[in-house]
Amino acid sequence: MTQMVGKQSLQFEHAPHILGHASIVGKKEGEGPLGHLFDVVGEDALFGEKTWEAAESYLQKQAGEMAIGKAGLESWQIRYIFSGDLLAQGVATSFGLVDLNIPLFGLYGACSTIGEALSLGAMTVAADYADYVISMASSHFGSAEKEFRFPLQYAGQRPLSACWTVTGCGAFVLGKDGGKVRITGITTGKIVDYGIKDSLNMGACMAPAACDTIYQNFMDFNRQPSDYDRIFTGDLGNVGKTILLDLLKEKGFDISSQHSDCGIEIYDAERQDTHNGGSGCGCAAVTLSAYIMRQLEKKAWKRVMLVPTGALLSKVSYNEGNTVPGIAQAVVLESC
Amino acid sequence: MDEKKQQQYGEYVKQVTPTHSLPLNMLKAFIVGGIICVIGQFILNFCEGRGMEKDICGAWTSLILILVSIILTGFNIYPSIAKFGGAGALVPITGFANSVAAPAIEFKKEGQVFGVGCKIFTIAGPVILYGIFTSWLLGLIYYLLQWTGVIS
Repeated sequence: MTQMVGKQSLQFEHAPHILGHASIVGKKEGEGPLGHLFDVVGEDALFGEKTWEAAESYLQKQAGEMAIGKAGLESWQIRYIFSGDLLAQGVATSFGLVDLNIPLFGLYGACSTIGEALSLGAMTVAADYADYVISMASSHFGSAEKEFRFPLQYAGQRPLSACWTVTGCGAFVLGKDGGKVRITGITTGKIVDYGIKDSLNMGACMAPAACDTIYQNFMDFNRQPSDYDRIFTGDLGNVGKTILLDLLKEKGFDISSQHSDCGIEIYDAERQDTHNGGSGCGCAAVTLSAYIMRQLEKKAWKRVMLVPTGALLSKVSYNEGNTVPGIAQAVVLESC
Repeated sequence: MDEKKQQQYGEYVKQVTPTHSLPLNMLKAFIVGGIICVIGQFILNFCEGRGMEKDICGAWTSLILILVSIILTGFNIYPSIAKFGGAGALVPITGFANSVAAPAIEFKKEGQVFGVGCKIFTIAGPVILYGIFTSWLLGLIYYLLQWTGVIS
């Protein structure tokens, strides 16, 4: 039987289960509203390493090992890793996961990476290409600022639309059965470009992509917003949330009572001075593990759509005057 | 997506994106920039009071302000001053010093040559290049005006 539904979605006949998951974050995230829910909170941003990049690699290794342990497995039982980060050539992933000695698919989907990793992981398990896989994504405030913006000590004034990159990594072990939450379907997003060039207003760059993917999910599965207990976008922040709700209203859907954004949930914007909200691959990944998964596991929510959002830019593309297109990957999670 | 729709979206985004209050930012910049200049003036007056020559006093003033800014950058205090004061903290010589010290700290881990050496002027570089270029251009104009006898 075909598992393809509509134009861009899959509905799994045997929905893969999430068997174990873990989150590790930095100090600032630990001080946020979700702070008490994370598995590990670092005491400083370097996690005992010498560079931001090495610290991010450490996050990947720790989260991966923790998730495998929580699933009650050994690393040799995992057939594939799907993982990515924000750094050039994905070095946080390659240096972080080298010791796990597991076949790897390295991904880049900007901040939507965890959606991409979970989609590909679920496809692999559902298609019987693996018994167990691990999907993960990380970001680090220090390494991301260095990669995309300015040195940390540079004195500047951040605009109110700017986001704060989450220091953290979330990892999820997928298998055929035995977990309390399953991935029942996915909607893979297209690259959507509304012509915004301001890389410090990423909510505005990504909201059209989130709108496109969520709308397509409703169409493909023939669902209404009320079919979901929650719809979580990755890191649109306050600006992006406003735009997303407006854009979807234009298309005839009101998701204002279901919608939350991981970037808004993870920080207390006023107290922690994060302006528009959290961002980065780690934002959706750690919020999913620490917060959303818990709600699904205790059946407070039955069905959740997670839509991590990515802004597809590099320093070069930005300097050469290109726009910042967005992408969003939807994963449908259900408690069982 | 056609250009007209992109433009419409751009205008809509402008409406929903919050921005810093310009008059408030200007006031804060005035206060912070003013305080930095007052400190500079204090150093200058102090040097003059000790009987130094005017040029030497100016040099001491710049040097001390630069040193203070770099130390504050190292202790991660200068970014907070700039967050409050905006251009008031960026435009004086202290802001320039910060823009050189910050990359030096950040890229030290990439080595003395490819890290600090190559990247120390990533932010200040354009100011130095175009500053020197502009002064060369003005010098040329000055020379030509002298040569043609417009000014003597």
